[in-house]
Amino acid sequence: MSTAAPDLRYVYAVTRPFDGVPPEGVRGISGQPPKLVRHGDLVAVVDPVPAADFEEGPLKARLEDLDWLAATARAHDAVIAALATVTCPVPLRLATVCRDDSGVRRLLEEGGERFERALTRLDGRLEWGVKVYAEQPAPAAGAAPERAPAGGQARGSGRDYLRRRMEARRSREADWGRADALSRRLHAELSAQAEAAALHRPQDAKLSGVPGVNVLNAAYLVDRARGQEFADLVQGYAEEGVQVRLTGPWVPYSFAGIGDEEQPVGGGAEPAAGGAQSSAGGAEPEPGPSAEPTAGGAVPAAGAGDRGGDGAGPEAVRG
Amino acid sequence: MSAPMGPVSASPLAERRIALVDLLDRLLAGGVVLTGDLTLSIADVDLVRVDLRALISSVNENVPSPFEVR
Repeated sequence: MSTAAPDLRYVYAVTRPFDGVPPEGVRGISGQPPKLVRHGDLVAVVDPVPAADFEEGPLKARLEDLDWLAATARAHDAVIAALATVTCPVPLRLATVCRDDSGVRRLLEEGGERFERALTRLDGRLEWGVKVYAEQPAPAAGAAPERAPAGGQARGSGRDYLRRRMEARRSREADWGRADALSRRLHAELSAQAEAAALHRPQDAKLSGVPGVNVLNAAYLVDRARGQEFADLVQGYAEEGVQVRLTGPWVPYSFAGIGDEEQPVGGGAEPAAGGAQSSAGGAEPEPGPSAEPTAGGAVPAAGAGDRGGDGAGPEAVRG
Repeated sequence: MSAPMGPVSASPLAERRIALVDLLDRLLAGGVVLTGDLTLSIADVDLVRVDLRALISSVNENVPSPFEVR
């Protein structure tokens, strides 16, 4: 597929040497089974990709192409999820690209210590995602007012309209309040049960397609053996007007970088807390770019409770 | 989607039907980040992310969301 320029090397993950090859049937971004590049006691899982897409310039443009981004992200995840069935992969950030195999080896050489630490931290663990939503008021409450004020044909419709609006607003704020309180309790308990916790930025309903306001978007690092227990714990949380959604298990993407100089995840600052502290309005569906993705580092101290705070990194809570 | 086959299908990791937005939360903000001249890695992913969000918002105004969670 490549044109004139030689292929680059897309690096999915780093593992320890493992028996055999990547699980059969797995296809990477190139459409081929990924390859292994070994250096010392580490293995990089790589894929030759065309420079036309992955050279720095084109890559930036490509990343803004949603279809391309989606396909690349799915392929990236497919390879790493497959690896997780045979070994412990340390996932690299999406679109980590080297020039050639010797670049890959240098990557392993220079990142050696970080990879070793990450392997120790992640081995035998999985990530679970937990999101909490404040449900929006029922459609009827929102739909009715549109008709009422139109002709004013019905007496008192103006007053009814106002009353309905007030009620809708109250119920919405009550939902937010409940969702926020539940988020705090849930996050505190889950953080105590998990080896580490990380907060992602609350999702915009437009992106997620999920109705309601996302007030908590968290990830937890949990021992494989305790996965079911953890999931059950989450399922136990429910409340009127509040939705709790569990995703996973994931390869521990959100925890691959903790303890490094980089912030672990781009979590919005204390999403759970944020929802409430800035009053009901704090639960804005879209905090926007100004919501300081890097503020994630500040979060765990607040959220992770007694076990957080010290140690390797802002999010690192090692058991 | 062509789901991974083989041993993977037996794994709990493969059963999930992942929402793209959840995946992107992790892939654009998680993972080990390497920088330096040996890689061409994008260091400023947050910028991409922001642009992406803006893009998606604008897409949403005109087109039924391609991101429906199924």
